[in-house]
Amino acid sequence: MDGAVPLFSMQGISKRYGGVRALEKAELSVTAGSIHAILGENGAGKSTLIKVMAGVVAPDEGRMLLDGSEVSFASPAAANRAGIVCIFQELSLIPELSVADNIVISDPPKRFGLIDRKAQRRIAEEALARAGASDIHPLALVKDLPLSRRQMVEIAKALARKPRILILDEATSALTATDVAKIFGVLKRLREEGLALLYISHRMNEIAELADQCTVFRNGRNVASYAAGSKSDSEVVELMIGREYSHIFPPKPARHGAAVPVLEARNLCWTDRLDNVSLTVGAGEVVGLGGLDGQGQRELLLAFFGVLRGLAGEILVDGKAVSIASPSAARDGRIGMALIPEDRKTEGLMLPMTVRENLSFAALDRLSKAGVIDRATEQRLIDDMVELLAIKTAGLDIPVGALSGGNQQKVVIAKWLMRQPRIVLLNDPTRGIDVGTKQELYQLMRKLADAGAAILFYSTDYDELIGCCDRVLVLYDGAVKRELVGAEITEHALIASALNIHGEGAGPLQGEGA
Amino acid sequence: MKDWRYWLAEQRGTLLALGIFVAMFAIYSANHPAGFTANVVQTAANKGVLLAFVAMAQTLVVITAGIDLSVGMIFTLTNCLASWLVIGTGLETAFGVIAVLGTGLVCGAINGAIVIYGRLQPIVATIATGAVYFGLALLLRPFPGGSVNEDLADALTGRLFGLVPASLVALAVVVLIVWVPFSRSELGRAAYAAGSSETAAYMSGVPIRRGKFVAYTLAGLLAAIGGLFLTFFTYTGDAAYASGNAYTLFSIAAVVLGGVSLFGGKGSALGAIFGALAFRTIGDLLFVFDLDPLWQPLFQGVILLIAVSLGAFALFRVRNRLEWFL
Amino acid sequence: MSDTTLIGGIAGRMPKFLRRADPAVVTAFACIVLLLLVGSLYSRSFLSPEYLLQQLKVASFLGVIATGMMLVILLGQIDLSVPWSVAVGAMMACAAAAYGPLGSVLAIPFGIVCGIAIGVVNGIGVAYLRIPSMIITLATNAVAQGLMVVYTGGFSPQDSATPAMRYLATGFAIPAVPNAVIIWALIGAAMVFLLTRTGFGRAVYGIGNRERAAYLSGIDTRRVVMVAFAVSGGLSAFGGVLLAGYASKAAQSMGDAYLLPSIAAVVLGGTSILGGRGSYLGTVAGVILITLLQSILSVMQMPEAGRQIVYGVVIVVMLLLYGRAPASR
Repeated sequence: MDGAVPLFSMQGISKRYGGVRALEKAELSVTAGSIHAILGENGAGKSTLIKVMAGVVAPDEGRMLLDGSEVSFASPAAANRAGIVCIFQELSLIPELSVADNIVISDPPKRFGLIDRKAQRRIAEEALARAGASDIHPLALVKDLPLSRRQMVEIAKALARKPRILILDEATSALTATDVAKIFGVLKRLREEGLALLYISHRMNEIAELADQCTVFRNGRNVASYAAGSKSDSEVVELMIGREYSHIFPPKPARHGAAVPVLEARNLCWTDRLDNVSLTVGAGEVVGLGGLDGQGQRELLLAFFGVLRGLAGEILVDGKAVSIASPSAARDGRIGMALIPEDRKTEGLMLPMTVRENLSFAALDRLSKAGVIDRATEQRLIDDMVELLAIKTAGLDIPVGALSGGNQQKVVIAKWLMRQPRIVLLNDPTRGIDVGTKQELYQLMRKLADAGAAILFYSTDYDELIGCCDRVLVLYDGAVKRELVGAEITEHALIASALNIHGEGAGPLQGEGA
Repeated sequence: MKDWRYWLAEQRGTLLALGIFVAMFAIYSANHPAGFTANVVQTAANKGVLLAFVAMAQTLVVITAGIDLSVGMIFTLTNCLASWLVIGTGLETAFGVIAVLGTGLVCGAINGAIVIYGRLQPIVATIATGAVYFGLALLLRPFPGGSVNEDLADALTGRLFGLVPASLVALAVVVLIVWVPFSRSELGRAAYAAGSSETAAYMSGVPIRRGKFVAYTLAGLLAAIGGLFLTFFTYTGDAAYASGNAYTLFSIAAVVLGGVSLFGGKGSALGAIFGALAFRTIGDLLFVFDLDPLWQPLFQGVILLIAVSLGAFALFRVRNRLEWFL
Repeated sequence: MSDTTLIGGIAGRMPKFLRRADPAVVTAFACIVLLLLVGSLYSRSFLSPEYLLQQLKVASFLGVIATGMMLVILLGQIDLSVPWSVAVGAMMACAAAAYGPLGSVLAIPFGIVCGIAIGVVNGIGVAYLRIPSMIITLATNAVAQGLMVVYTGGFSPQDSATPAMRYLATGFAIPAVPNAVIIWALIGAAMVFLLTRTGFGRAVYGIGNRERAAYLSGIDTRRVVMVAFAVSGGLSAFGGVLLAGYASKAAQSMGDAYLLPSIAAVVLGGTSILGGRGSYLGTVAGVILITLLQSILSVMQMPEAGRQIVYGVVIVVMLLLYGRAPASR
């Protein structure tokens, strides 16, 4: 902006992973004393860009200039020494070490060659105070802290390194609203102090509040740079996806009368994460779970799927109480439940195994006679699924890890559809996949519901809940705070109830089914 | 101010091991025909210290989330080497000691290099290097034999001021000059960090490789100190396969008893030392109760089995079954 | 869509060994050829059919044991209780043989059942108590040793093997083909079938790759792990039974010589020590490779010390050549 000399710039940076182009001649320049937001869909190259900046990956071509002279970083430590510090999306804290140990980890203060614990403690306390997190004890072990506190430690750790350029990659995704407000205060102060901040977030309102300058990435290239506030949200979204952002949800069928209940929960309680949750999902219904992330939605899905121990309350399937002690009981014939898990890479798929093996993995008991797999049946069912979900793969015998994120997610869903489940639980299934695939998944979900399945759908994306669900239950602190039906499902209502604001229009707590 | 609570939580494993040891030793000496005398303590200390050194060695590697199955063989190899070299005049003996310790360092460094720079799994790599070290030991001592500077041996296995076992003092000195500096150094922290979460450590710019390499190397050194002491106690070198294996096995038992996490990143060599002393005392309980020594291997095996199963109790507190698969 | 399925179809029609030729397996077989050539320089008879069959026979004992080890390694676990599972199998079979005709009949199954019992304890520890396999199997190994020391009084037992055991280990049901080789072939074929054609086999690979995902797919992962350890214990004990038949009796530390070779054979055959990847063909190659190596060292009249050294060095070097984990960056 206004002709200031860039503190740091990247020119013509390209990076490939195997055949996949993550960055293609990307450009970026960062000015001191400003907050620069980077926008783009998942897979647009943002993460690779900052990994290059932070020395985590080496670029295939292109150059980087710091203070006008060319630099290259052999490791994250080298980037740190140059004053570039990144707060990564995946936490970089060491669980078994204390908060103070973690804060000074890259360059601990030393006396006589050994770590000076007193100085370390002082640095940690300062850094925590600067990050607005002085409630965290420096001697606490990181593994004992909840996720939001860890994120604050992560920020303190970055500040302790006295950065000139601070990169925040989705750093607020796990934070509570109070923490986000604190962090914003800190970031604005850092800007005053003359730091350059690079801010990556999916939350448009955060960017509107913070950023001075925005750059949009698409397909590994920077497609637009503009001063913050000079473009409307829909213009920005269009830049990100490169097409109109509309009509991506299938129409919802008109509902008449209550659906036949298939899955019911009565007063589910589990540790301090689930608090008297009762709900009903009927045949043909898509019921959404809303609320801020981490309010017990994931635990609720796991509870249904037989993963949690010490669950109090009742689960009913087709009106009959059932006890589900394991996923293998949950998927069993009479119950017929499927769970599309949170993390497809570690929970949904065996990445090095082939597409074929992954597709049939959850249905092997049905494909086998006396334990021996019937290969003809397996092939037929796999072909059906590949066709039904339009899975794009260069063959069934390549590792599933070689597919794109969207196609991997399709494989996860397909492997469960192979069992023709009557109850489908989805745990944030569209995270990290492209818009096109998302659209297909929305349609598929509706198709399954129309065929009579009961669907319970958790999403962190409010638009999805609005677009896909017949009803939405909003969770707060492990309890269902509100039920929104049909036209009540609006962004305003979702957000208000997610924050547990008892304002006007807040309906009765937890209604009796639709 | 609740700093002490955090300290207590950190030292819980070590204190528990200390508690077990004190309790077991109380039972042991109370039932010992000679009672709690300097002699009984000295004998027990000498036996316990050997395992304590090997257990310390194992701890260093386990902290990095690795395992050293060659540690007993380094112990055996250095024992055989010491039975050749640690002899003669004061100067010759000194050179001998240095050569023995140097050999331990090299063995440990080879393990470290193969695991870290060669990127092989520690289990397989150290089983294989263990075979090599045992082969070398057998070359040195096809039959038990050799001798050692007896003045030095007697000094280090006797008592100071007629009361304190010298071997315990030696153990304390080694802790002070090897373990304490290591655990408080940047590389030591790197070893912990790498053991706890290697990706996070890499992201944080921690010198993972150097930290792990130093841990493996120092493990070799500590095993060699153990081997040296074995020579002081027995006056001979013996390439005994079963004994080397037993020390490897017992070192793991001691580490577990001492509250060191086999998943890496957590624990202290002090805990492992108390674990080693406790394990030895438990094994010797059989003698004071006058049972057939034939039962000792079974007894030790069962203790080991119980010790490793103890950690499983945490499992019953796990409410989310997914946590089984971390 | 249609293009991609077409490509898949073509790939599907290619011979399996070409499509999935694992460089590790190819290297292992190349090393076998190399060893044979080196051996033939020392002795003409090295390439004679009699010698090769003799080697196969010796290899089959290791082969049976390594089969169980492979199953466990595929799960990403390890079985360090092999030494005393072997010894227990041998000793218990011989012990049963001392109890008259009925004992003789039950000797072999009894030995195997004792091995399975050790495996079940391992399996309970690993699957249900979540104790690292390396640790629990070391502990059961120590307990098994303790039990045998108590049982035998610390000496090699006097009972000798039954004729049936001797027949299995040294006889010839088919002329010129030792029974031990046939047994290995049968067990190997069963394992190949188990791994490639059954749901259990798929589950083993799945668990080895990502136990969490396998569990969430509704696999009873604990039962699979448990069964795999039981099979490993049983096969180790069966290996012990055959060895006792071969030597006519059991001995105290007869199993010690099989721990490192069985792991090495599996890993040299390209099975990932982290689990989830590997083929039985590779294990066959690994077993033959290890056996030939041992044989050459003894033909060269290398003393025990030298053998241990060469052995350890060769394993490290071969693993460094192709058994390495991928670079992190």
